[in-house]
Amino acid sequence: MRYLPKSDSERQEMLAACGFTRSEELFQQLPKDAVLDRPLNIAAGVSEYEIIDFFREQSARNANGYASFLGAGVYNHYRPVMADVVVSRGEFLTSYTPYQAEISQGTLTAIFEFQTMICQLTGMDVANASMYDGSTAVPEAAMMAVRITGRSKVLVSRTVHPEYREVLSTYARYQGMPVAEFGYVAGTGQVDLEDLGAKLDDDTAAVIVQSPNFFGIVDQVAEAARLAHQSGALLVLVFAEAVALGILEPSHEADIVAGELQSFAISPSYGGPYAGIIATHEKYVRQIPGRLVGQTVDMDGNRAYCLTLSTREQHIRREKATSNICTNQALIALMATVFLEVYGKQGLRELALQNLSKAHYLASKVKPHFTGPFFNEFVVSGNVEKVNQELLAKKIIGGYPLAKHYPELKDTMLVCATEMTKRESMDILAEALS
Amino acid sequence: MTYPDNLRYTKEHEWTLVEGDAATIGITDHAQKELGDIVFVDLPKVGAKIEQGKTFGSVESVKAVSDVYSPISGEVLEVNELLASAPEKLNEDPHGAAWLIKVRMTAPEQIKNLLSAQEYQDYVGAES
Amino acid sequence: MIRKVRPHITQNEDLIFERSSPGKIGYQLPALDVPAVDPKAALGSDNVRDEIADFPEVSEVEVIRHFTRLSTWNYAIDLGMYPLGSCTMKYNPRVNELVARLDGMAWAHPYQPEELSQGSMEVVAQLEQALLEITGLDAVTLQPAAGAHGELTGILLVRALLESRGNPRKRILVPDSAHGTNPATAMMAGYTVGNIKSNAKGLMDVEQLARIVDEDVAAVMVTNPSTLGVFEENIVQCAEILHAKGAMLYMDGANMNALVGLARPGDFGVDVMHINLHKTFSTPHGGGGPGGGPVAVTKALEPFLPTPRLAKKGADWTWNYDLPQSIGRVRAFYGNFGVLVRALAYIMAHGGPGLRNATIDALLNANYIRYKLAPYFDLPYDSPNMHEVVFSDQRQAKKGVRTGDMAKRLIDYGFHPYTVSFPTIVHGALMIEPTETESKMELDLFIDAMISIAKEVDDEPELLKNAPHLTRTKRVDETGAARRPVLRWNPK
Repeated sequence: MRYLPKSDSERQEMLAACGFTRSEELFQQLPKDAVLDRPLNIAAGVSEYEIIDFFREQSARNANGYASFLGAGVYNHYRPVMADVVVSRGEFLTSYTPYQAEISQGTLTAIFEFQTMICQLTGMDVANASMYDGSTAVPEAAMMAVRITGRSKVLVSRTVHPEYREVLSTYARYQGMPVAEFGYVAGTGQVDLEDLGAKLDDDTAAVIVQSPNFFGIVDQVAEAARLAHQSGALLVLVFAEAVALGILEPSHEADIVAGELQSFAISPSYGGPYAGIIATHEKYVRQIPGRLVGQTVDMDGNRAYCLTLSTREQHIRREKATSNICTNQALIALMATVFLEVYGKQGLRELALQNLSKAHYLASKVKPHFTGPFFNEFVVSGNVEKVNQELLAKKIIGGYPLAKHYPELKDTMLVCATEMTKRESMDILAEALS
Repeated sequence: MTYPDNLRYTKEHEWTLVEGDAATIGITDHAQKELGDIVFVDLPKVGAKIEQGKTFGSVESVKAVSDVYSPISGEVLEVNELLASAPEKLNEDPHGAAWLIKVRMTAPEQIKNLLSAQEYQDYVGAES
Repeated sequence: MIRKVRPHITQNEDLIFERSSPGKIGYQLPALDVPAVDPKAALGSDNVRDEIADFPEVSEVEVIRHFTRLSTWNYAIDLGMYPLGSCTMKYNPRVNELVARLDGMAWAHPYQPEELSQGSMEVVAQLEQALLEITGLDAVTLQPAAGAHGELTGILLVRALLESRGNPRKRILVPDSAHGTNPATAMMAGYTVGNIKSNAKGLMDVEQLARIVDEDVAAVMVTNPSTLGVFEENIVQCAEILHAKGAMLYMDGANMNALVGLARPGDFGVDVMHINLHKTFSTPHGGGGPGGGPVAVTKALEPFLPTPRLAKKGADWTWNYDLPQSIGRVRAFYGNFGVLVRALAYIMAHGGPGLRNATIDALLNANYIRYKLAPYFDLPYDSPNMHEVVFSDQRQAKKGVRTGDMAKRLIDYGFHPYTVSFPTIVHGALMIEPTETESKMELDLFIDAMISIAKEVDDEPELLKNAPHLTRTKRVDETGAARRPVLRWNPK
């Protein structure tokens, strides 16, 4: 087999060195009732060509060559060639977690740059080396707020991504962390500050809002933060569309930022792998979950990097750890790092402006359902099922219907336009919705 | 190492210096040696209530965390700010400048349960 | 004389911020085909940021040099053996990377219509099928993003089932040889943690287990083979003890690479387990992730699996959200799909019989190292080992050299260190897992390196204290890093 670098005679030689004659002796200690006495019912191995052929066939059964207005937490952004070139280098692709700093400076340096750029984008002092994704970063941020405040409850806006909220409630259920939701204003699509104010109490650890929110609207983070802080809670700011960071003023009021970086050169890939982040103020650094890279020096006095503050983590603190998280998303974070360095200061802003312009062009043809300011997606009303069916015939995937998560928003859908969305497709969508 | 006679000790390697109804608490030289290079000290806030035998903070090296148990019960009067910026002091002067907290004792009779310098010395000798 | 490596020149490289100068660019966007919008008018001027201070400005050429230079500072499987115990650092086949990047796979949006996602769903279905056959369990979720995430999912499932039976119970028991994630997971699921002491063989003590398992114990989390690389010989009995008391057996699948095709957890009494796709199923570690942590369960636990689950609707696949007893979601969408693609490609390449052969080679490699190194290093537990072997530094410690020092010296010989000081039940552990994808030649080089290091301990122990000597970066000051954390670059 091509992945097993031994000849049969080498195997025999090695068995003999161990004092065995047959390979079955290598597992003769297994209790009889534990041993599988038949071959696995999985087809015999196939060639590289057959593997590619199989996946090409499956790939062809998925959407191919469609234009798409889907966003809703996963965005179609152009992926610079450089991203795959870099992450395909075996030295990055096939290296382990950089515990051995002397031979991991490549990964460590890249993560240090990543942490720095996430801080620059979010306006925070500290960012971790990545989380699984945005949806799991949210409960981790909530748990962090619980540790910091010593309080137990979490209030989350209904404008936070519905699947993120579902993950939050799964995590919260058994941790004595009650989660309640607060509403949005029907006209603007922004958080209902009155509802928030009424639900806040002196056991609320965190108020969670998203901006741009699930409806694509830039939300009232400062106002929500003021209310949260008045009652001693922390404000957790969530983002799912990271490209917006290129144009939106970072929050000066948020205490913890939890976000999803899929927009930074990470392919949609049917939902993952992506990379999440948590960023916060320096004073909370010891409560941040996940890995952190810090700067130091080596014995020659040269600048070097290493994983640090690891006493927060499970492999040392075990049941007292800040989280059970072990893996981060280093390779995905590396893609995002390459993306940010390719686009740079000017590029990220121009990219964000293109997204803004495209979505506003679309909005000039199709009236948004909400009045709040939006970035690159917004909610439209109409006979969305029918419209989406019509569009499919024209090789266009329409928007994301909201009725499933928002019964009150029946006959609406979320449509997204990015730098990859062509004017002609937007005109077709507008036509179908009119 | 000789352990100062004016301090009282615990088997968890904390020391206490009693002055009136106030007590200063720290960790012993033996404890700091076992931990190695100390990088962070987590201490309670002023006003916190602590209880004899219960943990009130922790001391961290790069790869280990050790809880600190209170030798006596009381209320925290003062926290050693020096350790926030210079945790290495705990390696250098554990019985002096690197004390952890000062407390007002609520049950001074608990002192009787603690070890004398000689008893602690013997205990540490036996342990190692 | 070191046979595997000799030093070569590597480039110095500044941080990208230090390479930056105003006005350089590395991108070009297509011309905008719609009118440009004034962001302040669209978003309100308070919502629009100024330029991002100190953000990099570099050209494409500098980006490729930057990352290529950084890459040369990394060790990697592609350069050589990674004997990290418990980590299963095996070869990552490149065809897996290619198929994960096919347009229809890589650009599939999780919300695109199901009729336009049948290819992705077929991949999920086939991987589910293969994992069920490999684990011998009844149902599986591919949603968890990594091993620890799978653990959390698994323990939440246990909790949900016990709750449905009227009592979620209070405690999870974890052997003292367990991975740190196990107790951390139990806490996150609202349980307290109890310890099980290992017996003289380093295994779970059945009599002790029988004594301490009571109506308060929800589950035991066990790694099998244990972190010593030894198969829990009484695992069937342990499962019986637990089941008799209404408790469950959770298996940490970190060491599944020792079992694929030889023994199935479902057959030896495991109720729930996670699988690390980035270990056993060859998906790349990527410097620390992404991973994949599917969780396989028995019939009894199936109703509680995370939502949604793949189901058949006529001839087509569909996502079923109608799961009233489900614990809910543990992650958005359907899991790390790109990782699932790679795992399935790996399983296809080996096929059923091939997976078993791979397992046997993994056992052979570990045993070969054991027999070759046993004369030089102390073997604290002499039970037959499977895919990894754990020595202790007892002999070398007498010379003042510890496992960590030898591990660092191994770098000079061109190898990544083995796992140091774990499991903690072995004082000064050297935990070595070669995996099946090492040739005899590479193993012999490793063995020679270890023997040579053992001799250095006798002859010149000082040499080991400050190792590695040949790397471009010498031992780093981790203490300084932790005392005064510098976690981001700042302009001077």
